[in-house]
Amino acid sequence: IASLVMYLFAEFDDAANLLAANPDATTISIDEPAEIPKNQHSRRQDPGREEDDELLGTDDSDKTELLAGQKKSAPFWTFEYYQTFFDVDTYQVLDRIKGSVFPVPGKNFVRLYIRSNPDLYGPFWICATLVFTIAVSGNLSNFFIHLGKPTYHYVPEFRKVSIAATTIYAYAWLVPLALWGFLMWRNSKVMNIVSYSFLEIVCVYGYSLFIYIPTAILWIIPQKVVRWVLVMFSLCLSGSVLVMTFWPAVRDDNRRIALATVGTIVLLHALLAVGCLAYFFDAPELDFPAPVIPAHNVSTVVTRSR
Amino acid sequence: FAGLADVSISEDIPVEGEITVPVGSHSPDEDFSTLDEPVRDTIMRDLKAVGKKFVHVMYPKKSSALLRDWDLWGPLVLCVSLALMLQGGSADSKDDGGPQFAEVFVIIWFGAVVITLNSKLLGGTISFFQSLCVLGYCVLPLTVAMLVCRLVLLAGSGTVSFIIRLIVVVAMFGWSTLASTAFLADSQPPNRKALVVYPIFLFYFVISWMILTFTPQ
Repeated sequence: IASLVMYLFAEFDDAANLLAANPDATTISIDEPAEIPKNQHSRRQDPGREEDDELLGTDDSDKTELLAGQKKSAPFWTFEYYQTFFDVDTYQVLDRIKGSVFPVPGKNFVRLYIRSNPDLYGPFWICATLVFTIAVSGNLSNFFIHLGKPTYHYVPEFRKVSIAATTIYAYAWLVPLALWGFLMWRNSKVMNIVSYSFLEIVCVYGYSLFIYIPTAILWIIPQKVVRWVLVMFSLCLSGSVLVMTFWPAVRDDNRRIALATVGTIVLLHALLAVGCLAYFFDAPELDFPAPVIPAHNVSTVVTRSR
Repeated sequence: FAGLADVSISEDIPVEGEITVPVGSHSPDEDFSTLDEPVRDTIMRDLKAVGKKFVHVMYPKKSSALLRDWDLWGPLVLCVSLALMLQGGSADSKDDGGPQFAEVFVIIWFGAVVITLNSKLLGGTISFFQSLCVLGYCVLPLTVAMLVCRLVLLAGSGTVSFIIRLIVVVAMFGWSTLASTAFLADSQPPNRKALVVYPIFLFYFVISWMILTFTPQ
């Protein structure tokens, strides 16, 4: 122990690594409560449901199902605990992105790609990319629209980056929190077969935002029709992934509540897209004497209060 | 060496010689104590270290000097000069213009910290401050680009100047990304290299965007 302490003082910037490598750290298993029921239930329900993910990735699925229980066994104040959320390889991230953009009918995104290994890399960096893509594309699009007008003076509009960041990160974290709380609450009332952990919901939402990155780049084209077609198209794609993920979780519930939940999910997703389009991108045909007037209030990220 | 196999040393030749190594005039303690040297020496040593790292960034070869003896002077100087040069832009009274000094500062340092955390969480073996050091030093090409852009903008701000600035910024952005990747990529697990390089790319892209969209008053 004495040598360990001296080493800690000598190498200040390796403190985190050493703490993680301390062999005396007691490990406590703090699995999330929804995790274990989900695993048992999913094994029970496999023969009865139409999702035929047995056909895909047989060895990996068995291994990850077995390892799921031992996943997050480090206490939450060690660095290793957070490393378990970044335990993905490049091809896995790319696969998950592909799965969020091309919804396969009948296959559940979470079951197929996440499989008890939710990561925080995808959601965080996809949100970061989306923030900067929207800000940059909005700026470029406004520049091209107002180019040539005598009263126009180009400004980089850097304030919009912070607004974009707040909106998108709030959507990607608060809406899953609200949805998770709602699903947990319904779970206590109606025994749902499928339930997701908070991180899995965050993962699905994060990856579902990926489609908006190429959409935002294409929004530079200053045609109203093109922009709205893009909105519809990307909404259909990522909205369908969300719907197919969350429908099994609410299908056993009261029909009206299930439909309302799924409807709200799609509605919030649409509101995010439309809101970003309205706020960051000027309308192409109108004449603006001054830079954009905010037409969209950011307070549409509602917290559910049912 | 086959011929030497026949040579044998007989046991009764006495071993002779000195086994103490001549150390010279200072004892080992004095080598590490820099309290007695003139201030000029101290400053020059640090300045030389910073200068050597700048040279390493401009000609990125795989050397461990940048990684081993990290310091944050260079990144601080680069960050402050970049943030200062980004001022004096078209700051309307609505302050909807370019980034403020604090915003540039925060983006660079917070961005570097986030990227370092990201690479450590993905299983990288580089230490926290070494990674900060590398990311900070590799802002040097972009600072040079900012200087060039300001000079070009002094001459005029038409289309030609924009094209020149675009080419310079894109070239320096590529140089920064390649330089930092050359230093950082080795410490990452092999099947996650792209996951680590992408945030670095995004980071320098944002800085390049701030430089390119700088418009003078």
